[in-house]
Amino acid sequence: MISFPTQVDRKKRFHQAIAFWIARIISYSILLILFFILFFILKRGIGVINWEFLTAMPSDGMTKGGILPAIVGTLYLVLMSMVIAFPVGVLSGIYVNEYAKEGAIKQFVKMMTNNLAGVPSIVFGLFGMALFVNRLGFGASILAGSLTLALLALPLIIRTTEESLKAVDDTFRHASYALGAGKLRTIRKVVLPIAFPNIITGLILGIGRVSGETAPILFTVAAYFLPKLPHSVFDQAMALPYHLYVISTSGTNIQASRPIAYGTAVILILIVLGMNLLANFVRSHYSRKVKMK
Amino acid sequence: MGRLVERSAEGLIKACGFASALIVLLIVFFLFKEGISFLNSSPVEDHYALFVHSGNPVTQLDEGQIKDLFDKKITNWNQLTNYEYPVVLLTAGDLERLFTPEQLGKNLEYLNACVAHYIDTVPGTLAYFSERQLGLSPAIRIVPVPNISLWKFLSGRQWFPTAQPAAIMGTLPLILGTLLVSLLAILIALPLGLAAAIYLAEIADPRMRNILKPVIELLSGIPSVVYGFFGLVVIVPFIQNLFGLPVGETALAGSFLLAIMALPTIITVSEDAIRTCPIAVKEASLALGASHWQTIFRVILPYASSGITAAAILGIGRAVGETMAVLMVTGNAALMPTSLTQPVRTIPATIAAELGEASFGGLHFKALFALGCLLFLITLVTNLLVERTTSKSRKS
Repeated sequence: MISFPTQVDRKKRFHQAIAFWIARIISYSILLILFFILFFILKRGIGVINWEFLTAMPSDGMTKGGILPAIVGTLYLVLMSMVIAFPVGVLSGIYVNEYAKEGAIKQFVKMMTNNLAGVPSIVFGLFGMALFVNRLGFGASILAGSLTLALLALPLIIRTTEESLKAVDDTFRHASYALGAGKLRTIRKVVLPIAFPNIITGLILGIGRVSGETAPILFTVAAYFLPKLPHSVFDQAMALPYHLYVISTSGTNIQASRPIAYGTAVILILIVLGMNLLANFVRSHYSRKVKMK
Repeated sequence: MGRLVERSAEGLIKACGFASALIVLLIVFFLFKEGISFLNSSPVEDHYALFVHSGNPVTQLDEGQIKDLFDKKITNWNQLTNYEYPVVLLTAGDLERLFTPEQLGKNLEYLNACVAHYIDTVPGTLAYFSERQLGLSPAIRIVPVPNISLWKFLSGRQWFPTAQPAAIMGTLPLILGTLLVSLLAILIALPLGLAAAIYLAEIADPRMRNILKPVIELLSGIPSVVYGFFGLVVIVPFIQNLFGLPVGETALAGSFLLAIMALPTIITVSEDAIRTCPIAVKEASLALGASHWQTIFRVILPYASSGITAAAILGIGRAVGETMAVLMVTGNAALMPTSLTQPVRTIPATIAAELGEASFGGLHFKALFALGCLLFLITLVTNLLVERTTSKSRKS
C-alpha cells in the first residue's frame, strides 16, 4: 500500500502509538504484579517444604513442626464435598440441558443456579452454620463443612456439565434415537461418554476452588489447633486455608510462625495452580483427540 | 423392570435439578428467618430491664443513651430530662458492696426491698436487673427501651454488639466501609483492567494472547486467603511506611488488594465483551479512514460498553462479598470511615470476625445473620444488574 502521510495522518499515528504503548505497559505491569505475588510467596515458602513439613504435627504453638492435620483435613473436606456435589451437579446439569423444556421452569432453574454462583462465600458459611451445624445437629464437623463446600461448588459443576453437554452435537443424539435407543440410554451411552472429559474438568476446578475456601468453613468445621487427626465425619478438623489465616493473624507468635505460613501458602497455591493446569490439560488433550477423529 | 429403572433414573435427574434450584431459596429462608427475628426485638437482654426512681420523668432510653450513661459520659439526669440528680449506677455487681448478706437474704429474697429502698433514698439511681429478681414496687419503675427497628439498624452510626446492658447495632459504618473499600477497588481496577482487555483483544499478537489469557484466568483461582496473606506481609507494611501511619491495616490496603483480586475477572469479562464487536463494524470504521486506535476508542468500546459495565458490576459484587482478604488487611475497626488511611470494617469481615464469639440464638448472632441478609441482597441486586446489562447487549 502506497500512501502519502499528511499532517493529520501523522497525528493520528502518533496518538495511536501512545495509546497502544500505554495499554501494553499497563498489561505487562498487571502481569508483573500478579507474578510478583506468586514469586514473593513461592521464594519464601518453597524452602520450608520438606518431608517433615508435610507429615509432622504442628508443635511449639504452631511455630515449628508440620501441617499434617491441615492437609488431612483439607483432603477429607475436598473428598467429601466432591462426593456430594459431583453427582448432584452432573445430574442437575443433565436435567437442565437434556430434560428441562424451554420455558419458565428451565429459566427458573438457570436463574437460581446463576444466583447461587454469585452468593458470597461467607453467606454459605452462615447458611451452613444455621442448617447443618445447628438445625440438623451435625455440630462443627467435617460433615457440616463438606456439605457447605458442596453447595459452593455445585454451580460450578452444573455449569461445566451443562456447557459440555451443549457442546455434544445433536447428530449424535439423532443417530442414537434412529437406532431405537431411548432418551436415558442415549444420554448414558452416547452423550455422556463424549462429554465426560469436559465434565471432569468441572470436577477438577471444583477441587481447586473448594480446597482454597476459608469463609465457608470458619464456623462449620475449622479448628484452630487439634493435636490429633480426625477419626470420623463428626469430628472437627483443621484445614489448609484456615490454618494459613490463623497462623498469619492470631497465632501465639506471629513472627516465629511466618515460615510455616509461607509454606502453607505455597501448598495452597500449588494445589490450585495444579488443579487448573490439570483441567486445562484434560480439556486441550481431549479437544485434540476429537479433531483427529 | 427396565422401564421402572429408567423411570426412577429420570426421576432422580429431575429431583437433582430442582434440588439445586431450591438451594438458593433454602439459603434465603434460613438467612432471613434468623435475620428478621432480630428486628423488633429489644436491645436489652431477655428478662432484663432498667429501673429508675418513680419520680424520674425520663420517658425512654435508647441504646446510645444507655451506653453513655453506663460509660459515665452522661453524669447527670438533667442532660436527658428535667431531673436535677446525678446518675448513680446500680447493677448486680454492686450488691455485695452496698448490702450485707443478711440484708439480701439467703436466696436474695430481700433483694427487691433492698434495691427499692436504695433507689428511694438515691433518686438518681439507674438500676439494671433481671425482671424476675426485681419485681415492681411503688418507689421504682421500668424505663422502656425502644425495640430495634430496620431504620435504626441501617442508619445507626455505632456498632457495639456486645455492649452491656444494651447492645448498639447500627450498621452504617459497616455499610459505608464495605462500599468505600469496594468502590475504590473498582475505581483502581477498572481502567487498568480495561486497558489490559483492549491490549489482549485488539493489540496483542494472537499467540501472545493465547498465552496471556489462560495465565490471567489461572490467577483468578488463587484463594483469597493467600491474597490476604500477601497483603498482610507486603501491602500493609508498604502503606504504613508510605504514609507514616501507626498501623498499615487501612481501607486503602483493602482497596489495593481487592483491586488486584478483581483484575482477572474484569479483564476476562471485558475482553469477551470487546471481542463480540462484529468485524464488519470494525472494518467500516477503518474504511472511513479511522486509525485502529480511533476505531477502538470510538467504535469498539461504545459497542462493548454494556459488557464492560457488566464487568464493573460483577467486580463490585465480588469485592463486596470478599471476606478473608479484607478481614486480614483492613484493620477491622467498626468506626464511621472518615479517611482512606484509617482502619475500616466491612460487612463480611464483621460476620467472619464476630460469629465465632456470638452466643447461638442471641441478639448478636441474629444481628450477624441480618448482616448476611444485607450482603445477600446486595449481591443479588448486582447479579440481576449484570444479567440485565448482558441480556440488553445481546438483544441489540
